[in-house]
Amino acid sequence: MSKFHSITFASSIVALTLCGPLQAEKFGLGRAALPDEIAAWDLDVHPDGTGLPEGSGDVLTGEEVFAENCAWCHGDFAEGVDNWPKLAGGMGTLDHEDPLKTVGSYWPYLSTTWDYINRSMPFGNAQSLTPDEVYGIVAYILYSNDLVDEDFVLSRENLTQVEMPNANGFIIDDRKTTEAHFVTDPCMQDCKDKVEITMRARVLDVTPDTTE
Amino acid sequence: MTFRFKGTRPSRRQFLAGAATAGAGAVTAATAKAAGDPLITEPLYWAQGLGEGVDATPYGLPIEYESDVVRRNVEWLTADTISSINFTPIHALDGTITPQGCAFERHHSGAIDLPKEDYRLMINGLVDTPLVFTYGDLERFPRENHVYFCECAANSGMEWAGAQLNGAQFTHGMIHNMEYTGVPLRTLLEEAGYQTAGKWVYVEGADASSNGRSIPMEKALDDVLVAFKANGEALRMEHGYPVRLVVPGWEGNMWVKWLRRIEVSDAPVESREETSKYTDTLANGISRKWTWEMDAKSVITSPSPQSPILHGPGPLVITGLAWSGRGAIKRVDVSKDGGKTWETARLAKPGERMALSRFYLDTQWDGEEMLLQSRAMDETGYVQPTKTQLRDVRGLNSIYHNNGIQTWWVKSDGKAENVEVS
Ligand code: HEC
Repeated sequence: MSKFHSITFASSIVALTLCGPLQAEKFGLGRAALPDEIAAWDLDVHPDGTGLPEGSGDVLTGEEVFAENCAWCHGDFAEGVDNWPKLAGGMGTLDHEDPLKTVGSYWPYLSTTWDYINRSMPFGNAQSLTPDEVYGIVAYILYSNDLVDEDFVLSRENLTQVEMPNANGFIIDDRKTTEAHFVTDPCMQDCKDKVEITMRARVLDVTPDTTE
Repeated sequence: MTFRFKGTRPSRRQFLAGAATAGAGAVTAATAKAAGDPLITEPLYWAQGLGEGVDATPYGLPIEYESDVVRRNVEWLTADTISSINFTPIHALDGTITPQGCAFERHHSGAIDLPKEDYRLMINGLVDTPLVFTYGDLERFPRENHVYFCECAANSGMEWAGAQLNGAQFTHGMIHNMEYTGVPLRTLLEEAGYQTAGKWVYVEGADASSNGRSIPMEKALDDVLVAFKANGEALRMEHGYPVRLVVPGWEGNMWVKWLRRIEVSDAPVESREETSKYTDTLANGISRKWTWEMDAKSVITSPSPQSPILHGPGPLVITGLAWSGRGAIKRVDVSKDGGKTWETARLAKPGERMALSRFYLDTQWDGEEMLLQSRAMDETGYVQPTKTQLRDVRGLNSIYHNNGIQTWWVKSDGKAENVEVS
């Protein structure tokens, strides 16, 4: 219903012939999003810090907020409780059997931690934390991972400068080259000499009540 | 006016027991019983009385005898059922379309109750006009229908280190295949006027998990669908009612449910779901990211551990599903001897792009043990690898994208078990 949108609609018809593929026919449906509406929903934070609000928080304040809101699932030291995710530890385990992937050992960007906690945690009460509280919690998680000292203060200004241990631990999908040999003419006869069972299902009774 | 069958309905067990007594007591029988199957020779309640009237169940459910054909979860996999997964009963289904009611669920913060009237979809970022659509607006754009499979990247993830769960539902059931009705994402991006600097779109759900993924603009403009119907009816709550994203051939996590926002940007967000999760760690500790496409894969759904052979030697139908995120299935081969020899199965119909294919091997069973395997091949020439071939490249810690060949050890009594073979 927005006037703004219908103006764009009209002018885009003029533009249609001028600038090719990006200007397709418009339907004039929907309305213009208001700045406050965009601000309410557009919360994501990019690795370069785009989207971070003003604010800061130190390790000790973070520890308090964490103890109150997070520790009963993630542990006092972010080490995890029962089956709930561990947020600290696991450094140097990525090339081991059963690596322990945590914010400290695995996450390549600190922006992701800020963004995820700000939008999605605590579990069951998301989007209830202030920016300063989130800065403090993230500082505390860094501290729990032995990545900063206890007097560390995290802020919008220094967040992108924190170096994450596994920042260089990722490559873009390379299946096309490293798995090119899976494009093949498959064997149909005499494909191997002998076949032996090497392993049986560990969990045989996984189906709760198999009906006969 | 109602006509109802008033007599008590005998249970199947009572009925058969009665029939057995009748058979054994033939000598003393005062009333002559016809020889043969009592299901044929006796008058039966369904042939005498009246059945249920219309409207007894305004929205129909499967008959009680099929009550075991349901989604199931594995409790110890996750801390609770709110951030959890369950599995489609693929061992008991046939054809290719998954009924919504038994299609697997995966939530990060539970399935939310979002009324259609309260639904809003925002497009913002690098667009000429940031827009908000209501559900009603979406229904006024030209729509398309497509059948696509949706597979969780973690399907078969428990099996990386070896055979674990005993049933096709649990090893391969994080998949479903539906006919979607929706508006191409391209249409909405054009409506907002996406700018050439926009190389990515970030798509985000309305639930508390804020599940969000970055999708390259090329894919967004290609075949991504903003869907509101599945198999002809509204999406189920657990699948994102009223609107979800459909990202053909790509991992299920990107099929954002309760879609609320589409942001055009110049770079990926690197959200939690595309860094901490849905990245694949190789043996050397380096992890692949942006492994969006689902590799070609197949599984025999019957016989399988939850669907044993219940008859003796003779005609046997071996059947299963095959799919590829890179296009259509071209061919499926089946082996009965653990991969020594293969025969080509029959596709129920020619493979369709990014949709499940059903295959059948109509064969004779000699009553001997079998090591059953299936091997899919897609239109790009990619052949589903063995688990050993996969591990040679990826190691044991990938969690996601396990498309290795599955083996069922069918014993001479017809029972089957999940095994691995040399
Ligand atoms: C009731 C238990 C609970 C509480 C309380 C809780 N979380 Fe979580 N947290 C979870 C669950 C469950 C997940 C995984 C969610 C999913 O599957 O997407 C999670 C995931 C996370 C992750 C991502 C872990 C990873 O490896 O991907 C971070 C970081 C996190 N929580 C931080 C916090 C912080 C900070 C707080 C307090 C403000 C908090 N959580 C409170 C249950 C909880």
